[in-house]
Amino acid sequence: MKYYDKLIFEISREGRVGYSLPKSEWEGLTSSLSEEASGIAKNLLRETPAELPEVSELDVVRHYTNVSNKNFGVETGFYPLGSCTMKYNPKINEEIAHHPAFCGLHPLQSEESVQGALAIYYHTARVLSELTGLADFTLTPFAGAHGELTGLMVMRQYHLLRGDTKRTRVIVPDSAHGTNPASAAVCGLEIVEVKSTANGTVDTNDLKGLLDDTVAGIMMTNPNTLGIYETQVVEIAHLVHEAGGLLYYDGANLNPMLGASRPGDMGFDIMHINLHKTFSTPHGGGGPGSGPVGVAAHLVDCLPNPRVVFVDGKYKVKSGKMKVESNHSGGICQFGNSCGRVAAFMGNFGVVMKAYTYILSLGKDIKHVGPIATLNANYVKESLRDAYYLPVDTVCKHEFVFDGLADKSTGVTTLDIAKRLLDYGYHAPTIYFPLLFHQSIMIEPTETESKETLDDFIDIMHRVAEEALADPDMVKTAPHTTPVRRLDETTAAKNPLIKYRDLC
Amino acid sequence: MSKVIEGIKYADSHEWVKVEGNVGIIGISDYAQHSLGDIVYVDLPSEGDEISKGEEFGAVESVKAASDLYSPVSGTIIEINSELEASPELINQDAYENWIIKVELADPSEVDALLDAAAYEKICE
Repeated sequence: MKYYDKLIFEISREGRVGYSLPKSEWEGLTSSLSEEASGIAKNLLRETPAELPEVSELDVVRHYTNVSNKNFGVETGFYPLGSCTMKYNPKINEEIAHHPAFCGLHPLQSEESVQGALAIYYHTARVLSELTGLADFTLTPFAGAHGELTGLMVMRQYHLLRGDTKRTRVIVPDSAHGTNPASAAVCGLEIVEVKSTANGTVDTNDLKGLLDDTVAGIMMTNPNTLGIYETQVVEIAHLVHEAGGLLYYDGANLNPMLGASRPGDMGFDIMHINLHKTFSTPHGGGGPGSGPVGVAAHLVDCLPNPRVVFVDGKYKVKSGKMKVESNHSGGICQFGNSCGRVAAFMGNFGVVMKAYTYILSLGKDIKHVGPIATLNANYVKESLRDAYYLPVDTVCKHEFVFDGLADKSTGVTTLDIAKRLLDYGYHAPTIYFPLLFHQSIMIEPTETESKETLDDFIDIMHRVAEEALADPDMVKTAPHTTPVRRLDETTAAKNPLIKYRDLC
Repeated sequence: MSKVIEGIKYADSHEWVKVEGNVGIIGISDYAQHSLGDIVYVDLPSEGDEISKGEEFGAVESVKAASDLYSPVSGTIIEINSELEASPELINQDAYENWIIKVELADPSEVDALLDAAAYEKICE
């Protein structure tokens, strides 16, 4: 790969332009206009010209093409980042979401003029309800962690509406995604950890000891972060409900469940979905994401506003304390019981559009998503278990975790393996998570990869394991072929250089 | 393999305590620093804070993870190792030389219940 590390400002040359415009008839006039005539206060007018790059059209095209070549994404190679569901995002999603009829909308347009957009919003919530077994969804949260916070606000609101103010504790498994306890803390709730059994699932005996009338609920993901299905989930739901708590489902691991099993049927009351994971919208590098929150029927009133309802043949946006007659469920929505508003306007509508497109384009075939994701993960796991240590030996779902190399005698760590994979053109898997093991490598291949891609990855993982024994120093100093070599992560964490100028 | 030191006590949550008079000096074990990897930040408590056995008194952050610190004893924090604020990597260099807090022991008998070097070495296997 050609090495390129320039900023567009560095290739700027004074007077160079990429356009040709006729001479402006107004040149020199605007700055001499009176404050009244220009409508801009004098103290707000720029005194020196803006420091903009001066480049030709070819300069711009080469610059951004070279910069984009440094990207790594699902479209450049295999991206087995565990817990992130880096599946391919079909181009039809972009095409539909970019249709001028949708991307030209303004959030302040009148309801009558955006009936189509509201219909998509409404029907996306319906189809998500069907896929998850929950009664209704809000699509406004902006991403997964925001969805978790929203879901916990719903949980707290439910208890508060019943006058039950003692329930301030949330149970979180020790294998949980770090966002779970973080979201609970942001929501003002106290976190209690429940232990895992030796096979990585929630220890129901430990759970029993934690349940009392101060527990607001439990947050779980199923399959859990080891990719293992929580076979005791029905019993856990029974125990938590019996103690008066609610069950929250972290939808980060929903992918293998698509078409196989529904959180609502397992007994969960609240969940979020990462549309950008399970429903194929681009993510990584900052999003945008979308984290719809679904709830069981008894919690629908607690969902955040605004919500889209269908009344008298028209889609309406409802918020505040308004009461309306019916929507799909035929009941009366008590909007005054909502947990509040969590987002400006209606969330990331463009992401919702892409997810809805994905769902409709798959149609009934969506039921194959989970099983194929599960098959791919087990194929990779079984092919690599001779070279990597598999701490929990069971059938996994969409992802699995190795605890470093099977033979650790040369001192090569998970970090070294991840770095070495970069030399072979792969994105590294998730490493050092979950925290249950010291050398975790978490691999999630997703359903969109071919057997040939998986076989290539398996070959390279075997080769890295062989290199770790034959030439450990080379692996410990990897990567060797990337634009930058191994970084000093300690200094990067302690004294980060966050401005370009500091580097010069 | 990780180092243990005779004559000091260990908690199964990987802290050590060395008793001098009625003061307990507390740090994390070599096994803990090794498992954490390069330490980039130590979240220290304040002098004068009261802590009880098993209670969280701070955290150690490495490039891999953030881990809570649990006090192996009860008492009052009389000194913190403020050198760790600027140089958290000292713990990686020598986990037993670079203590984290000193505690005036409320109940010295608590120390007896902790693990000795041989017993601790066993749980690290």
